[in-house]
Amino acid sequence: MSLQVDGLRVRYRTLRGDVHALDGVTFEVADGEIMGLVGESGCGKTTLAKSLIRLDGRMQYVDGVVELDGVKLPIDDQHAMNRFRFTQISFVPQYAMSALNPIRKIGKMIAELLESRGFDYKSIQPELERRLDLVGLPRDVLRRYPIELSGGMKQRTVVVVSTLLDPSLLVADEATSALDVSNQKAVAETLVEFRDRRFVRSVIVVTHDISLGYQIADTIMVMYAGKQAEKAPAEVIVNSPRHPYTQALMSSLPEVGVRYEDRRLAGIPGSPPPLLNPPSGCRFRDRCPLAFDQCAEEPPFVEIATGHSVACWKAA
Amino acid sequence: MTDTRPLKPITADARRAEIFRLALGNPKVIAGLVILATLLALGLAAPLLSGHGPSDYVGPRAEPPSADFWFGTTLFGQDVFVQFANGIRSTYVVGLLAGGIGALVGMTVGFVAGYRGGVVDEILSMITNVVLVLPAFAVLIILAAYVGIDSVVHQSVFIGAFSWPWVARAVRAQTFSLRSREFVDLARLTGVRPLTIIRTEIGPNMGSYLLLVFIVLFGGSILTAASLDFLGLGPPGQMSLGLMMNQALQSSALVLGIWWWFLPPGIGIVLIVGALYVTNIGLDDVFNPKLRKM
Amino acid sequence: MGRYFGRKSIVYALTCIVAVTINWLVPRFMPGDPVLQMLISRGPDTNPEQTAVIMDYYNRLFGFDVPLWQQYLNYWGALFKGDLGVSVWLFPTPVADVVLRALPYTLGLLLPAILLSWFLGNKVGAMAARRKWLDNSVLPVGYVLTATPYMWLAILLAWSLGIVAGIFPTAGGYGFDLQPAVSWEFASSLAMHWFLPFLSLFLVAFGGWAIGMRNLVIYELESDYANYLAALGAPPRLIRRYAFRNAILPQVTGLALQLGVLVGGSILTEVVFAYPGLGNLVFQALLHRDFFLLQGVVLFIVIGVLVANFVIDVVYVLVDPRTRAGMQGVSA
Repeated sequence: MSLQVDGLRVRYRTLRGDVHALDGVTFEVADGEIMGLVGESGCGKTTLAKSLIRLDGRMQYVDGVVELDGVKLPIDDQHAMNRFRFTQISFVPQYAMSALNPIRKIGKMIAELLESRGFDYKSIQPELERRLDLVGLPRDVLRRYPIELSGGMKQRTVVVVSTLLDPSLLVADEATSALDVSNQKAVAETLVEFRDRRFVRSVIVVTHDISLGYQIADTIMVMYAGKQAEKAPAEVIVNSPRHPYTQALMSSLPEVGVRYEDRRLAGIPGSPPPLLNPPSGCRFRDRCPLAFDQCAEEPPFVEIATGHSVACWKAA
Repeated sequence: MTDTRPLKPITADARRAEIFRLALGNPKVIAGLVILATLLALGLAAPLLSGHGPSDYVGPRAEPPSADFWFGTTLFGQDVFVQFANGIRSTYVVGLLAGGIGALVGMTVGFVAGYRGGVVDEILSMITNVVLVLPAFAVLIILAAYVGIDSVVHQSVFIGAFSWPWVARAVRAQTFSLRSREFVDLARLTGVRPLTIIRTEIGPNMGSYLLLVFIVLFGGSILTAASLDFLGLGPPGQMSLGLMMNQALQSSALVLGIWWWFLPPGIGIVLIVGALYVTNIGLDDVFNPKLRKM
Repeated sequence: MGRYFGRKSIVYALTCIVAVTINWLVPRFMPGDPVLQMLISRGPDTNPEQTAVIMDYYNRLFGFDVPLWQQYLNYWGALFKGDLGVSVWLFPTPVADVVLRALPYTLGLLLPAILLSWFLGNKVGAMAARRKWLDNSVLPVGYVLTATPYMWLAILLAWSLGIVAGIFPTAGGYGFDLQPAVSWEFASSLAMHWFLPFLSLFLVAFGGWAIGMRNLVIYELESDYANYLAALGAPPRLIRRYAFRNAILPQVTGLALQLGVLVGGSILTEVVFAYPGLGNLVFQALLHRDFFLLQGVVLFIVIGVLVANFVIDVVYVLVDPRTRAGMQGVSA
């Protein structure tokens, strides 16, 4: 059991009031599992990714428990959390293009980062160079400034840096969305290969691109309006989803590489409910073709088959 | 990507009303506006305040502040308060005019350079950079000395003509990034004329930024005008805060201890420019909301 | 890097040409005869012989008998020989000599004021970005200082510390009773006269740098690379160091952009303290309507600012590793 999240609730403080971006999320990621995390913009997937690694200034932990390898993570304590970051739980951001300090040579930045965390750069450097070879980067990127690297090279560099200390869990937030198709593929394959080589033990891939998720993920979790709708093996989610929202998502699935967010969901009019004051009951109710009276009550997230959980009265 | 995007569509009007409400709820904006409005009222009322002009000799010489002369009198018996009120008045005029001219030129150059790109951009950027490195104040001295400044409007035109380059630079950069956005593409595809696109699509999206720019130029122009006035290069016969300092200094007010002569003009400028800056920070908080943790 | 310097050089060359041309153009195309006007404005003609000499000199200098384009070229030729004409006020001292005599005083004020305010302003601004209590005092003080006109702060200091408290002298570059000499007495008089003008220049500039640096550091602390480092558990110390290093670069550019303003500030400050530098020369030239002196000083200032700008650009390339690494097309 690698990651266990239980009833996690996080809100954003805005001038208009609190936004309940993450409203009681419960799931597990097993050892060796790559989990895809999908959903429309504003569904809470990026909030979830950030919550696991570092809450930003506007985010506020409400309640819930996050355990990694049986140890509770102090996710609401920025300082105490530092001990786990990088070593146990690490992060590949969507802004990899600008994630590296522009005025430091990459090697020097890595050395300063490692030394600030109490690691000896010299003893880690050989492994770092091996991994650069592995992802097809020349070793001399360490002597270059970020501006001298292409987008794809920067992204791969960031993946190598983030996984350098063999963390248990890697959270990749839209790690490929800024890349072209061939680079997307390369980075996706890198993530799988790193998992296979046990550089990381489990991975959460937050993505807009379901086909990419399908390509590399073992399981996919679908989120809707701050809650999880369905989680199942990737095959099942794509071929026989049970939640009406997942079904709509899949039926509107465009060709490979095109982000579904760019198009309106086919067949489901309307938009997700506001999270400033979320309605009670099932949050998909207003757009759901199958909605009935019981949907005014919140559906529990129940396991309907091995490894397949759904939050829908009709699916149970 | 953030998850805080409002999920309910908000109309432009509602958004404007919301910003307006937030702005008026911001203590910095309120404080700044109250100071600005008070001084503006004083400046507007200046001609009504007394029967005499700012340079008329009306009282005893070098008298400290009293009930008759609130800010005292100058070495020559002029009413400092009347001078001050008139100075405030011309300070606002020059700030608004010069700031407006600078903002207008800067925006136009920046918009056109950023929107047209290519050779037009090259030429405009070159001009911008040249004016940017030219020490404006030194050139203004030469212009004012030779050409002469015969009115506040004239002075404002001169100041505005040299204060725009940084605005043009910033607006150009922003236009570049806005130009490639979807809504602009859409407008272009449907055959809308470039000027209309700038006015209806790009302008409103930069509206808040342009307001902030104008406020900064407003303050900067006031300081430049006061400096020129102080050197005796202001419009003749026009009382200003800079000229008050000039006359006080020339008349040895420091040595004679006539502090009520040279303190008010400086305080007036610091209050106006400072209030502009404070308003600016407050508006920035409103336009770019960020609950910064410290 | 070549491209970077190429573009910069074109801008500087153009600016220089524009400045010189304005300087040449303005007096020539003003209505009336500037030479005559200026001489008339000097008051009753007490020395017709001298006046005739001056008239003749300036008419030859303007070279009204040759075509306009040749006048323009001659002007450039004279400039390259360091010939800025002859002062009317201090006739027959060449303007270049008057300028060179005043220059050390202005440099002595400006250089320490600019460098110290930049250095300390950046330090204090960066500190304010992370300490709330310091921020609460630095920010208002900084804004008040930047909203203060140079001459008024100078007047305030002269009045309070000079006249009321009587600690510092308030006029001149050294005691009126002294002759320049290498002695303790002269040096200390020089230092005492220097301090207040320096302080007033320093303070206004300091406020601007501190606020600028504070805002830049806060901006950098919210940047992507800072967030990434924080996500990897890097200690705040490292993140702050990186933020400072990144924030200092725009401040170097800002130094170049602010030079003109700072020089303007020194003109005003020198006027208040009757400090014998270029600024006071500008003021005297205006008072005596000595337009040749005025033009000479201003042209000197403009070219000085351009040269200093260029130096700062070179320094920028040296401190920004991205341009130093020899990249092409990096915009500054």
